[in-house]
Amino acid sequence: MEYTILILLLPLLSFLAIGLLGTKLKPCTAGLVGTITLGAVTVLSYFTAFKYFTAPKVDGAWEAFPAYDVTWLNLGEKLHIDLGILLDPISVMMLVVISTVSLMVHIYSMGYMKGERGFQRYYSFLSLFSFSMLGLVLATNIFQMYIFWELVGVSSYLLIGFYYTKPSAVLASKKAFIVTRFADFFFLVGILVLSYFTQTFNFTELMSGDGSIFSSAIGASFMGASALVWAMALIFIGGAGKSAMFPLHIWLPDAMEGPTPVSALIHAATMVVAGVYLVARLFPIYLGYTPEVLAGIGYVGAFTAMFSAIIAITQTDIKRVLAFSTISQIGFMMVALGVSTSMHLNHGDHGGLGYMASMFHLFTHAMFKALLFLCAGSVIHAVHSNYMQDMGGLRKYMPITHITFLIACLAIAGIPPFSGFVSKDEILTAAYGFSTGMGVWMTITAGLTAFYMFRLYYSIFWGKEYKVTNGHTPHESGRWMTFALIFLAAITVVGGFIPFGKFVTADCVPYDIKLDWTIAAISVAVAVVAILLARKLYKKENEKPTELATKISGAYKLSYNKFYIDEVYMFITKKIIFNGISRPFAWFDRHIIDGAINGSASLTAWTSEKIKSFQSGSLQWYAWVFLAGVLLITILAIFV
Amino acid sequence: MGELLINTSGAPAPMLPFLIVSLIMFFAGVYGFFTRKNLILMLVSVELILNAVDLNFAVFNRYLFPGQMEGMFYSLFVIAIAACETAVAIAIIINVYRKFGNVEVDNIQNMKE
Amino acid sequence: MAEQIIFYILALVIAVFSIMAVTSKKVIRSATYLLFVLLATAGLFLMLNYYYLFAVQVTVYAGGVMILFIMAIFLTHKPGDEFKTKMNWKVKSSAILSVLGLLLSGYIVVANVTRIINYVSGKEMKMQELGVTMMGTEKYQFLLPFEAMSVLLLACIIGAIMIARKEKNNVESNNDLDK
Repeated sequence: MEYTILILLLPLLSFLAIGLLGTKLKPCTAGLVGTITLGAVTVLSYFTAFKYFTAPKVDGAWEAFPAYDVTWLNLGEKLHIDLGILLDPISVMMLVVISTVSLMVHIYSMGYMKGERGFQRYYSFLSLFSFSMLGLVLATNIFQMYIFWELVGVSSYLLIGFYYTKPSAVLASKKAFIVTRFADFFFLVGILVLSYFTQTFNFTELMSGDGSIFSSAIGASFMGASALVWAMALIFIGGAGKSAMFPLHIWLPDAMEGPTPVSALIHAATMVVAGVYLVARLFPIYLGYTPEVLAGIGYVGAFTAMFSAIIAITQTDIKRVLAFSTISQIGFMMVALGVSTSMHLNHGDHGGLGYMASMFHLFTHAMFKALLFLCAGSVIHAVHSNYMQDMGGLRKYMPITHITFLIACLAIAGIPPFSGFVSKDEILTAAYGFSTGMGVWMTITAGLTAFYMFRLYYSIFWGKEYKVTNGHTPHESGRWMTFALIFLAAITVVGGFIPFGKFVTADCVPYDIKLDWTIAAISVAVAVVAILLARKLYKKENEKPTELATKISGAYKLSYNKFYIDEVYMFITKKIIFNGISRPFAWFDRHIIDGAINGSASLTAWTSEKIKSFQSGSLQWYAWVFLAGVLLITILAIFV
Repeated sequence: MGELLINTSGAPAPMLPFLIVSLIMFFAGVYGFFTRKNLILMLVSVELILNAVDLNFAVFNRYLFPGQMEGMFYSLFVIAIAACETAVAIAIIINVYRKFGNVEVDNIQNMKE
Repeated sequence: MAEQIIFYILALVIAVFSIMAVTSKKVIRSATYLLFVLLATAGLFLMLNYYYLFAVQVTVYAGGVMILFIMAIFLTHKPGDEFKTKMNWKVKSSAILSVLGLLLSGYIVVANVTRIINYVSGKEMKMQELGVTMMGTEKYQFLLPFEAMSVLLLACIIGAIMIARKEKNNVESNNDLDK
C-alpha cells in the first residue's frame, strides 16, 4: 500500500502550491485547488480504509503494519528516527475522520470565507494543517508523531491568528501556541526519557508486547516513581495540552477567534483529539506498565468533562459554548480510555470496552461537533454576531441550519438513534464498569451536556423573535455551506449504526457492540429531563433564567468567569513567573550576558580607540616609540 | 676625570669630549626629527644625526684603531649616502610642495590619489 | 694647548648650533646653523688629521648638500615663514626622551671610555695610500663598497630626476587649474 504516501504528499503539495503562488491565484482557484486535493485525499483515505478492513485478519485480529518506512536519522546502533506510514485500525479510522471533516470544511469555507482577504492564505494553511494532522495519525514512531504534533500546533497558531489585524486574534493565537508548546515540552521530555530507556521510537516495537524493553525504564526510579511512569505521565501532559485537559484548557476557548470553519476542523474535530489519539496509540504501555497513570488520565478527563460542562452552561458566546462542550467531550474520551482495564473485549469481559468507546466517541464527536461548529458559523454568517443575545427565532430564516443543528444537538445529548447516543452509552457502560461513582459522575455530565446544548439550540433558533435591523434579514447560507452541513448531518444520523467494534478495539479483535439497556435508559432519561428543563427555560423568552442566575449568583458568576482559571494563570504568569523568574533572567540576560558581549565589544572598541594612534602612519611617532623602546631596553640591560 | 678632558698625550683632545659632542649633535637631531613638522627641517635633523655618526666613525678610528682606515672610509661612504639621500629627499619634497602647496607632514595624509 | 682651545671652541659651536638648528623658527636659519655645525665638524676632522675627510665634508656636505637645502627652501618657502613649535605634549615628551637618551648614552660612554684611551698620534695620510685603499681589492681595501656607492649615486640621480620631473598630464591638469 505504497500509494498511502500520496495521502501525505497531496496536501503538502497543495500547501506549497497555494502558499507560494499566493495572490497570483484567483481566490476561487486557490479554494478549488485545496478542495480538490482534499477530495483526492479523502478518496484515497476511504480506499485505504476499504482495503485495510477487507484484508484478511491475522489470528482474528486486524494487523498493524507500516505501509511506508524510511530511516531518516540514525542516532545510534539501535536508535533511529524513521519517517513512514503506520496503518492500524485507529490510524485508518483517524484517516477517515480527518479527511472527511477536512473536506467538509474545505467545501464549507468556499462559501463561508468568500470575499475574505487572504482567502488563498487560508486555503494554504488548511492544506498545511491537513498534511500535518494526517502525518500525526499515520506516524510510525513517536518522534515522527512529535514532529507532526508541532506542525499541527503551528498550523493551528497560523489559523487562529488568521485575522491578524484583530488584536484579540493575535493574542489568542499566541496563547494557544504558548500553552500547547508548554505542554509539548513535557511531551518531548517524556519521549526522550522513554526512548532513552527503551532504545526505540518505533510504535510497532513499543507495542510488540515484549516487556523486556521496558525493564530498564521500570527499574530506574526517580522521586518514588519509575522512569516509565514519569515518561508516560509526561507524554500525557503533552496530550493534555493539545486536548485542552484541565488545567491546560485555557487556550481552546480563546482559539475561537479564528475563522469558524477552522474551529470546526482543528478545535473540535481533529487536532484537539490528538491527545486522545496519543493515549490510545500508547494504550498498551499505559495499560500494561503504568495503570496508575492511565487511572490518572481517567480522573483528569472526568474532572475536565464536568468542569467545562458547568462553564458551558453560562457562556453567551455560542462558539465558546461549543468550545467548552468540546473540552467536555474530550474529557469523556479520556475517561473512556482511563477506565479501560484490559486489552481484551471478549464477551462478558468489559474491561477493554472503554478503549473502543473512546475511539467511537472520537469518531462520532468529530462529525457532530464539526457539524455544530459549521452550523454556528452559518448562524454567525447570517447575524454577524457571536452572541446569543443577538439571536433568537432564527428557525424561520435558516431551516437547513436549524435542522442540522438540531440533529447535532440530539446526537451530543445522547438521544437515540443518533450517533452520539451509541458512543456515549458505551462510555457510560465502561465508566460504570470501572466504578459506580465514575458512572454517576459521567451521567450527570452527560445531563449537563444535554442541558447546555439545548439552551444553545433554543436561544439561537427559538426564544425571542429576531429583530430585523438595518434592513438586514438573516438568510440561509449558500450551497457550499449547506452541502457540508447536510453531509455531516447525514453521517451524524447514521454514524451510530456503524459496527464500530468490528473495526477498532484495543487488541484489534472485532467485537459486536451490545447496548446495555439499563444504562442507556438512565442516560436517555437524564438527557430528556435536561432537554425539557432547557426547553422550559429558553424556548420562550421569559425571566426565569435571569431569576435563576440571580438566585445562585455566586455559582453563576464563578461559572460565567470560567472559574477564574484564566485569572489564576495571569496571576501565576504575570506576578510570579514574570516578576520572580523572568525579570531576574531578563536582568541577567541584559546585564550579565549582553553586558559581557557588549562589554567585550566596547572593550575592543575602547582598546582600538586607544591603540589606534599606534598605527597612525605618523613617522615621527613611530620613531619616538622606537627610541623610547631602545632606551627602555638599554636601561633594563644596564641597570637591572 | 681631568685627564679625560684635557689632553696629556699629544692628541688635540681626549676621546671623551669628541664623543660627548657627537652625542649632543645626535640627540639634537633626534629631538628635531621628533618635533619638526616641516619636511626640510626634518631633513636637517637627519643630517645632524648622520653627521654625528660620521664624527663617531672618525674618532673611533683615530683613537682605537689608529693603523687602519675603516672608520674614515665609512665616514666617506656615509657622506656620499647622505648626499644621495638629501638629493632624493629634496626632489620628493619639491614634488610634495607642488601637490599640496606646503611641506608640513601633518597636511600630507595621502601620497597617492 | 692651542689645539685644545680650538677643539673646545669647535665643540661649543657644534653643541650650540645643533640645538639652534633644531629649535629655530625660521627654516633658512636652521639650514644656516646646520651649515655651521657641518663646518665645525669638518674642523674636528681636521684636528683628527683626516684631511681628506675634511675636504669631502666641506665640499660635499657644506657645499653641495647645503646648496640643495637652500635651493629647496627657496623653492618651497616664502621669506619670513615662521614655524612656531608649540609646547605641546609631543614636544615635551620628545625633549625629555632626547635628554634621557643623551644622559644614558653619556653615562655609557663615560663609564667605558676610561678603559680604552689609546691615542696614537696621527700622521698625515698620503693620497696614494688612500687611493690604493679605496681602489684595492685586498683585505681592508674598499673597491666593492666604492663601486656600490657609484651605483647608488647613479640610482639617486635617476631617481631624483624621475621624482622631480613634471608629468605631462599633470602639467596639463595644473594648467587647467590655473586657468
